[in-house]
Amino acid sequence: MEQLLSLLVKSIFVENLALAFFLGMCTFLALSKKISTAFGLGIAVIVVQGLTVPVNNLIYQHLLKEGALAWAGLPDVDLSFLGLISYIGVIAAMVQILEMFLDRFVPALYNALGIFLPLITVNCAILGGSLFMVERDYGFAESVTYGVGSGIGWALAITALAGVREKLKYSDVPDGLQGLGITFITVGLMSLGFMAFSGIQL
Amino acid sequence: MSGLRKALDRAHPLFAKGGKLEKYYALYEMVDTFFYTPPDVARTAPHVRDGIDLKRVMIYVWLATFPCMFMACWNTGYQANMAMAGMGLDEVANWREIPLHLLGVGFSPDSFWDNFIHGLWYFLPVYIVTFVVGGVWEVLFAAVRNHEINEGFFVTSILFALTLPPSIPLWQVAMGISFGVVVGKEVFGGTGKNFLNPALTGRAFLFFAFPAQLSGDSVWTAVDGYSGATALGAGAAEGFQGILAQMTWWDAFFGNIQGSLGSTSTLAILLGAAFLLYTRVASWRIMLGCVVGLVATTMFLNLFESDTNMMFSVPWYWHLVIGGFAFGTVYMATDPVSASMTNMGRFIYGVLIGLMTALIRVVNPAFPEGIMLAILFANIFAPLIDYFVMQSNIKRRMARTQKAQASAPESASPPVAQPAVE
Repeated sequence: MEQLLSLLVKSIFVENLALAFFLGMCTFLALSKKISTAFGLGIAVIVVQGLTVPVNNLIYQHLLKEGALAWAGLPDVDLSFLGLISYIGVIAAMVQILEMFLDRFVPALYNALGIFLPLITVNCAILGGSLFMVERDYGFAESVTYGVGSGIGWALAITALAGVREKLKYSDVPDGLQGLGITFITVGLMSLGFMAFSGIQL
Repeated sequence: MSGLRKALDRAHPLFAKGGKLEKYYALYEMVDTFFYTPPDVARTAPHVRDGIDLKRVMIYVWLATFPCMFMACWNTGYQANMAMAGMGLDEVANWREIPLHLLGVGFSPDSFWDNFIHGLWYFLPVYIVTFVVGGVWEVLFAAVRNHEINEGFFVTSILFALTLPPSIPLWQVAMGISFGVVVGKEVFGGTGKNFLNPALTGRAFLFFAFPAQLSGDSVWTAVDGYSGATALGAGAAEGFQGILAQMTWWDAFFGNIQGSLGSTSTLAILLGAAFLLYTRVASWRIMLGCVVGLVATTMFLNLFESDTNMMFSVPWYWHLVIGGFAFGTVYMATDPVSASMTNMGRFIYGVLIGLMTALIRVVNPAFPEGIMLAILFANIFAPLIDYFVMQSNIKRRMARTQKAQASAPESASPPVAQPAVE
């Protein structure tokens, strides 16, 4: 239990997907103009991440890993070369389901997220989460924790960025830097602040 | 004084539109408004009747750092002289030997002037470099972008200089203040438009770019070859006993311990804090929040015994006086631009800083001191804190209005007049 707790803290703060690994930058930069939208997208990422990482974990541990098919009488089979395509398939399916769910029950958020919800499919933070899970050989409980934790970390980062950008509406940015330019600088400075956690061993 | 006014008025056409030095109007404006209150008065609402403006606010903060500047000179010299006496040296091994020799200054740690002058020659170059390099950037941006030069830079420069270790190479000072002023402030449009404290941005940049000159055991006393851990460094290595072996609590409070130039003396900082609170320039909510956050977190961490991490056992009243906590709380966290703006938000923001400081000091073995990164971290979340505080205010008021409306028809409100025509 203690180990899971420290994994949760680590995935939220120390190994923040957006500000320590710079994953999921496209949506991170494009959808962080308003706090409410960013918050919605953050929730969507937490949900998608919290679903896809454990599902991919099951697939990896019981089907793809070397020797994982021993239960089917095939101990020598190594299907890990199918990893990438399976994970992406799972992610695409999950996002599709989430999209239909939001369309039916939370239309306001669905409209606000617009094109970016389908784009979560190709969000590198989501695939990155699954690949980190594989690389570190997490068990099922760990993968649930890591999925939710890394999602929360990303959501926290994008909401904070949206807050900063709402404040920066009143700033007077030089012409050449307006828009994405200043956002990149902002994100860089934010990750300087998140360096506070680097080096924590949990 | 009227002579000065006349001189300024004579120079005005040179800098005004069409004048020869039109491009440098910002400089003229800076000098003019530094000495005289501008005659311009707001003619449309809202009015605020108050002599204080941004320039006065910034100058007040600058004045409030004077006790720290004084300690920066005296303590730096005192530490250096003590180390030299301990090592049996009687001359400084760098260029500062020349002015010190010419002035005929000795190196006795018992003499006030020896300490003060020796320290002055460490503090002054750092501050001059900070001021000149940062000022050049400031004027450059003001001239190219046609905005005014703001006294905010006075504050940024002195705070940046006071947080540096005494032995820092001057070219690094120049790099740090350049990064702080340009990337931390000017790309966002100048004072009031940035979201991180520029002085801390520059300091953090230096900290990560040149860890050898900004951290470790050999940089805190301005004597080559002298090595001694700061309180927090000793605490991380040997625990509370390690700190006690070096100093008493009163040493740490008065500030005759080694550390950054101006942030060792809690007493000097408290003098500044009293001034800032009396003039109501700094927010007491932020300061209180920082202290509450730090004390609560350390008391919580004290509950745990750890064999590997010695910092767990350091009590809260030590945490308040060692490292840069007091300096950061009083001068950096209260920066009105990068802090939260709502009253409730200020308190939360302060608590977040205190909490993060304690966590970084105790839990994170990579950095002995945490206040710098804690403030930057809280700066990132300050707008978000404001947002949620405002949302909850809006919700509360909506609920109040609805309640008032719901109860109105029965009791308070007079009956609505019926239209005459049926």
